[in-house]
Amino acid sequence: MDSIFLKPEYYRNREDSWVSFDERVLSEARDKNIPLFERLKFLSITASNLDEFFMIRVASLKDMVHAGYNKADIAGFTPQEQINMILQRVHEVVNLQYSTYNRSLLPALNKKGLHVLTEHEQLTDEQQRYVDEYFEENVYPVLTPMAMDSSRPFPLIRNKTLNIGALISKKEKKSEPEFATVQVPSVLPRIIELPTDEKGKRSVILLEEVIERNIGKLFLNYDVVCAHPYRIMRNADLTIEEDEAADLLKEIQKQLKKRQWGEVIRLEVEDGMDKQLLKILKKEFAIKGDDIFLINGPLDLTFLMKLYGMEGFEALKVKSYRPQPIPALADSEDIFAAIRKQDILLHHPYMTFDPVVDFVRQAARDPEVLAIKQTLYRVSGNSPIIAALAQAAENGKQVSVLVELKARFDEENNIVWAKMLEKAGCHVIYGLVGLKTHSKITLVVRREEDGIRRYVHLGTGNYNDSTAKLYTDCGLLTCSEAIGEDATAVFNMLSGYSEPKHWNKLSLAPLWLRERFGQLIERETEHARMGEPAHIIAKMNSLCDREIIAKLYEASAAGVKIELIVRGICCLKVGIPGISENISVRSIVGNFLEHARIFYFYNNGKPEFYMGSADWMPRNLDKRVEIMFPVEKKELMDELYHILTIQLEDNVKAHILQPDGTYEKIDKRGKTLLCSQDYFCQEAMERVTRPKDPVHDRVFIPEEAM
Amino acid sequence: MAVTLFAAIDVGSYEVEMKIYELASRVGIRQIDYVSHRIEMGTDTYTRGKISVEKIEELCRVLQDFVRIMEGYKVSGYRACATSAIREAQNSRLLLEYVKRTTGITVENLDNSEQRFLDYKSIAFGLKDFYKIIQKGTAIVDVGSGSVQVSLFDNDKLVTTQNIRIGNLRIREKVADLARQTVHVEAMVEELINNEIVSFKKMYLKDREIKNLILGGDYIYDLMKKESVSRAEFELMFEKVVESRPEDIAREYGIPSESASLILPSVTLYKRLIEELGAEMIWLSDMALSDGIAYDYAQKKKFIRTEHEFKDDIVAAARVIAKRYQCNKGHIRNLENLALPLFDRIRKSSGMADRHRLLLQIAVILHGCGKYINFSNAADCSYSIIMSTEIIGLSLRERQIIANVVKFNTKEMHYEDTVNCLGMNPEEYLLIMKLTAILRVANALDRSHKQKFDAVRLSIKERELIIQVDTREDITLERGLFPPKAEFFEEVFHIRPVIRQKKHL
Repeated sequence: MDSIFLKPEYYRNREDSWVSFDERVLSEARDKNIPLFERLKFLSITASNLDEFFMIRVASLKDMVHAGYNKADIAGFTPQEQINMILQRVHEVVNLQYSTYNRSLLPALNKKGLHVLTEHEQLTDEQQRYVDEYFEENVYPVLTPMAMDSSRPFPLIRNKTLNIGALISKKEKKSEPEFATVQVPSVLPRIIELPTDEKGKRSVILLEEVIERNIGKLFLNYDVVCAHPYRIMRNADLTIEEDEAADLLKEIQKQLKKRQWGEVIRLEVEDGMDKQLLKILKKEFAIKGDDIFLINGPLDLTFLMKLYGMEGFEALKVKSYRPQPIPALADSEDIFAAIRKQDILLHHPYMTFDPVVDFVRQAARDPEVLAIKQTLYRVSGNSPIIAALAQAAENGKQVSVLVELKARFDEENNIVWAKMLEKAGCHVIYGLVGLKTHSKITLVVRREEDGIRRYVHLGTGNYNDSTAKLYTDCGLLTCSEAIGEDATAVFNMLSGYSEPKHWNKLSLAPLWLRERFGQLIERETEHARMGEPAHIIAKMNSLCDREIIAKLYEASAAGVKIELIVRGICCLKVGIPGISENISVRSIVGNFLEHARIFYFYNNGKPEFYMGSADWMPRNLDKRVEIMFPVEKKELMDELYHILTIQLEDNVKAHILQPDGTYEKIDKRGKTLLCSQDYFCQEAMERVTRPKDPVHDRVFIPEEAM
Repeated sequence: MAVTLFAAIDVGSYEVEMKIYELASRVGIRQIDYVSHRIEMGTDTYTRGKISVEKIEELCRVLQDFVRIMEGYKVSGYRACATSAIREAQNSRLLLEYVKRTTGITVENLDNSEQRFLDYKSIAFGLKDFYKIIQKGTAIVDVGSGSVQVSLFDNDKLVTTQNIRIGNLRIREKVADLARQTVHVEAMVEELINNEIVSFKKMYLKDREIKNLILGGDYIYDLMKKESVSRAEFELMFEKVVESRPEDIAREYGIPSESASLILPSVTLYKRLIEELGAEMIWLSDMALSDGIAYDYAQKKKFIRTEHEFKDDIVAAARVIAKRYQCNKGHIRNLENLALPLFDRIRKSSGMADRHRLLLQIAVILHGCGKYINFSNAADCSYSIIMSTEIIGLSLRERQIIANVVKFNTKEMHYEDTVNCLGMNPEEYLLIMKLTAILRVANALDRSHKQKFDAVRLSIKERELIIQVDTREDITLERGLFPPKAEFFEEVFHIRPVIRQKKHL
């Protein structure tokens, strides 16, 4: 690779880019065109995003600093430099979060008849009586106040919990105030609805305010000098992020002692907290500077998701969309027969996820089905897929399930149902050492009149019927022999058998996928160099792989037109003269979480379409089992092109990456508004009533002479 | 349902693999699953003589999983075969019994010629244009882990085969210790194998012209990625392999990295054989033993038919051996014309099978080869020659039967004590008796080697087998020597052969 494309200044730091993503979500919360309650939801998402970001990414960077690991990132920044940069940006984001909350959302809610009390001091007499009673009946019994003095050390404060810190001093005696703390119980709802007033206006108050109001009842022999909420985030992530280099892992193991387990990496306190109280917290948590966030409003905004769920404000929410049936399966009871007729493209959540569940369900019942094999990464709590798999095993099918235990945050959950599947008689495999199995593939082996036929579902998203209503993903149902053969080989490989001699259609990470993407990009570069048209459209969640970006730069420099639809992190910079002038990047942030990965290569007039489970990130290409699959049927290719084109034409939810690294929305003046997610919803509904494909059957009908 | 599922398991020297095939009369054979697990049992056998308990345990775990997979497909049959690593291991019997006990799988210990015959079948079925290729002078070079098999064709019949005990794994183990002392491993490998190859050429190639060379064995197809290449193309690839590190080769050609170390020994073997045999076109087969097992099964169950009659190869190979030992061609032909119809006449009542007819035919062809060495001890010499000459397609047991038949054609055969010294099971012993009885009668009819019994008619009347001969020659000699042979025949089959000469007025 030509080194001119690898210069650090051509790359953006991934954490920095991530913060931009959170800003884009925040901009949705600030968008007055969006129904009010939806804005609450977006604000809540920015908060939970930030929490995860600290827990995973910032923690990781802190580890590097502690370990003395000083290797620069893709953009040339050392870990410490990155931390400094991020914290500064996160502070700005947090300020914007709370100004949005205080100045925009609260007044708007008030106008719409919901009063969110920001302080208990705002309670009316009647409301006071109500909350005090609520406190005594429901809250007081579950509180555990803890104090610190010479005999009692500073108590253990749990990660991510909301707490109220107080300074208390003994009544009568004029002694130094002591520190005391009480956790705001997470078992109780954070939002307490107050009785409506005579005008019917509804009011809510947050639990911590109610506790604060009654805090004196916890320390009876003391005077409470002050009481303020605070919240900490610990570096508790014991697993090393797979994005990090292997040499880092070694480094950290070597320097294990230096790593401060459970160290506090972020402290959020109410703005205006008593100085003395803050000093105690800073000292006990050993935290200073930008790691401390003074919050002008309630801590932990994720409660807004609960507020969103309040009944009675349906007019202020987007009407929930019901995923539509798939025309190709419309009059077919038998999903296998439908697949035999044609390959079926699924586009969730516009189309329902039911066929995927039915695929497994029907296989479980079908007497001709011999085997079902599936990879499971994250599944829903009460997954119908798991139930169907267990049923299949009980029906005597051979069921092999790959359960990925390393799926972040879901480990325990996964172990539980893995055991359940095993009990039902499924053959449960746990994937390959050192590699997360991120691919989404299901194989059904069926014995038919003319021999064994294999049915395969390949997807870009998890087998999770709940998230399939919120994430936009694509899937393919096929009984192509070539793909079936590959699918069999995938499961053999995942069971620990040798890799097959060759692959027909699928490309797998970590062994072959990176190379494949490289070849596909280079082929366009070659075509451009020969003066032929060359075009790449790629849609994914994140783009931060150095090698791929360098190849894209090279392609752009050669004249390839590159249109990227990257929802989240993007370490590629646009508009660098001579390097990336032919590249455009857009991010679509909407009601649904954009999650599909679709890749289009013009290939000198013989376009190729691929979909898969992998982003263009090092972890996807090098540390995970991922599958990329081609879509080769003409109608389905047209459909994918249609999806990509509509996304590229989106001028409502699309944010365009600028050469300076900011994202800007498109100037809508004089344009017909197109929101791709709404468009697809609409289209899916129309297709059900009018089963013919509007894209292909759009015909202008000539007026006839009267 | 017209479709049958069959599993072929190859317990090889460095891999255990299973392929699941779908067999149907309409579409023939289709492979639908392939699993392979690496266990280098050959390393144990070739260096220590036996296979360690750990590796046997690992083998059993894999085979247990194979059983699960077979159940998943509801296969209607399987065949599991082991090759040189297990065949040559001192503990092979223990191993096979343990495997059977723990996994339920019966693994057959293939002897070399059975194994090579299956390999050959896989090539014959799997290689496009096989029938066209073998019309011209052709050789098959099949590189295994323990040995190389070189087989020559003559007029589309496979006539000679030789096993040279220098396989890729064996070479790797031999060279491993020395490799540190030289940078030119390939030169050392060449030296190691040259002697054998040159002798082979001198003995068997003579005036044969080899135009086509078919290469079989693991990974060779992956190295070239097409069915046929010119000699120059092959040499280019060889140069590249010699110059690169094994890991890079494995990566570039998509060969499992564990197998990388076997590539250099393999290609060196191929290269030397190509040079010596002087072929113009080189054909590459990516078929494996398991494919051969499946083709063999499919052929036996009549799912597929073949243009090539594999039996003819065996007969042709036997004739080449007979020629080498200067057997009397006319006598042999006459004997075939007598012995085979005899066999056909009594086949049903004697409880023999089609395959036994072939054994008889080979016995007839080779019955006089020992005379080349020693006239007065021809029987024992014939026995030794047959026992040490490999005939592709015949198992070692079958060859042993033939050798015994040939021996007892002229030697006295005692009943029970012979069973013990033969080391054969009762069925095999009975078969030897039966075939010997036929051969003796046939042989007696051409005692003079003058082919007097050229035109005979056989018919069975009650308990007599009437051999009616149409000849003007004097057959007093044959008549005179016939009774003891006839007696033995009667003892065996309860039918007495009787000679009747057609009257010529």
